[in-house]
Amino acid sequence: MNNNKNSTLSVSQRLQSILAKNWAILFTLIIILIFSFTGKRFFQLANFQNILHLSTIYLLLTASETFVIITGGIDLSVGFVMGLSSVLSAKIIELLHAANFPPALSISIGSIVALIVCIIPGLINGVLITKYKVPPFIATLGMMGIANGMALIISEGFPVAYLPRVLPNIGNSYLIYILPGKAISFFSKPKGIAGEEIKELIRIIPNSLIFISIIIFILWHILKNTKFGQHTYAIGGSMDAAVRAGINTNKHLIIIYVLSSFLAGLAGVFYVFQTGIGIYTSFGAMYELLAIAGVVIGGASLMGGKGGIIGSVIGVFLLGVIENGLHLSGVDPFFRYIAVGLILIVAVIIDQSFPDLL
Amino acid sequence: MEYLLEVKNLTKRFGGLVAVNNVSMGVKEGEVVGLLGDNGAGKSTLIKMVSGVYRPDGGKIFFMGKEVIIDSPMKAISIAIETLYQDLALAENLNAYSNIFLGREKLKKVLKFINVLDNDYMLKESKGVLDRLEIEIPSLRNRISMLSGGQRQAVAISRSIYWNAKLLIMDEPTAALGVTEQKKVLDLIRLLRSQGIGIIVISHQLYDVFSVADRLVIMRRGEKVAERNIKETNPDEIVSLIVGAEKVSEKICPADRD
Repeated sequence: MNNNKNSTLSVSQRLQSILAKNWAILFTLIIILIFSFTGKRFFQLANFQNILHLSTIYLLLTASETFVIITGGIDLSVGFVMGLSSVLSAKIIELLHAANFPPALSISIGSIVALIVCIIPGLINGVLITKYKVPPFIATLGMMGIANGMALIISEGFPVAYLPRVLPNIGNSYLIYILPGKAISFFSKPKGIAGEEIKELIRIIPNSLIFISIIIFILWHILKNTKFGQHTYAIGGSMDAAVRAGINTNKHLIIIYVLSSFLAGLAGVFYVFQTGIGIYTSFGAMYELLAIAGVVIGGASLMGGKGGIIGSVIGVFLLGVIENGLHLSGVDPFFRYIAVGLILIVAVIIDQSFPDLL
Repeated sequence: MEYLLEVKNLTKRFGGLVAVNNVSMGVKEGEVVGLLGDNGAGKSTLIKMVSGVYRPDGGKIFFMGKEVIIDSPMKAISIAIETLYQDLALAENLNAYSNIFLGREKLKKVLKFINVLDNDYMLKESKGVLDRLEIEIPSLRNRISMLSGGQRQAVAISRSIYWNAKLLIMDEPTAALGVTEQKKVLDLIRLLRSQGIGIIVISHQLYDVFSVADRLVIMRRGEKVAERNIKETNPDEIVSLIVGAEKVSEKICPADRD
């Protein structure tokens, strides 16, 4: 009988399986090595922090897509919900700022309102998918258009730009600043430095890294260690099994889509902090595609039931390193799209050709 | 001895179609009842009324001497009636012990307020129930997709037993299994019977039913047409009851008779 599949695995099969599971990490390390030679100022603390900083919104979108894809669904609306959240929060902050509200208050109100509003697209997606049996692809495709239209209406097609100047300072600051031998400070540059000294300033740990680490840790914990996470995998593995095990799958899926659009909303608010303006998502930004690519590179299957937060983080990091490394190596930015497309396809081929044996 | 489960005059209609018509039957503790009938005879519909999938249009269900209203699968499970469907309903991407505990995960607290899955506990308990059923599975940490058909069946049965099922309903438990594995599952059914669990087995495989059942209930076109003790009947008679022919015994494999 085929009782002991596990023990009959040969060494080479095991090796292949381990390689297939961890290729994304290996590949990332290899391209980091290559870019270290080809890229100007690539292998530097400042550059890696830069990659992480710019990956923040992708990490949020990819994490949200991870939950959805594990259930066997897909959320195409994340990129445009992010744009909606960005212009909505910025618009509120702008109006309150113009009415002479203190910056802290106007920023808090704008951010919180936008986050709450961004629950709505997810709620609608979830209800459409569970109660009305609309396929996730269609429901979220519709929501993508709606969110885009709302964002354009709110912003009237222009960036929302008259915001408190403290915003980008918060979003782009570092935890520690060191001026070698002279000064050290936290959260803002040491006072009274200018000119040449700025160039010597060493910045360590961007605020965005602290922020995203906390969020990612919480999401990882939810997926890996909690009942909610377990049920998410069960739904993706077998909807029938989940239903018969007494899991309220409709409620669970609605929460998943709400979580997804909430995280997209968080990405939009963060984007305002990072850039200092609120801007709608342009067509061609392809946030949702990059998010899906990150998840798939991280080992998830669009059939559901597979994947994880750590894999997705590696996927995002891989895409970030490629973009940054190609840029610093002087490669035309258009090639980046080709690279991402190729890696996405390779990821799926690897997933298909090496079934999980371990 | 009193019945563990007794259904009286159960009726279920789907529009104009009477799927189950006035059927009464019972199962005792430690007894295996084979429910037989051709496709469309109403076996599954009858079972689904007991497992809470359908609500009966007429009749009553008694469990452990009391009348019960089973209006959802969860209700059935909560009064210790477990159903094993043909497709097993296991999440193939999860491991064996996660499946046994699916929907009823054991949690523990870390830092006094965060609930996390208690994997060690679930693994240990699952090992316990598999030992009790004399089932060997290489590793309970393996995903279900890596197990054989018989092992999957065993995991599904363990799940029911772990949650202290008093009545186990099995829909085609040996279909889609290899010969050796069929035998293992039948052995498992006998073991469960010896532990006092009432079992209803639906199967088309007469040989299997004859080898484990104590009593047979035969249905045809939504009605119960006969009930036989296994010792007082033979496969020929059962076949003729299933198909509704008066005398078919001469035509159907006389050699099968023992």
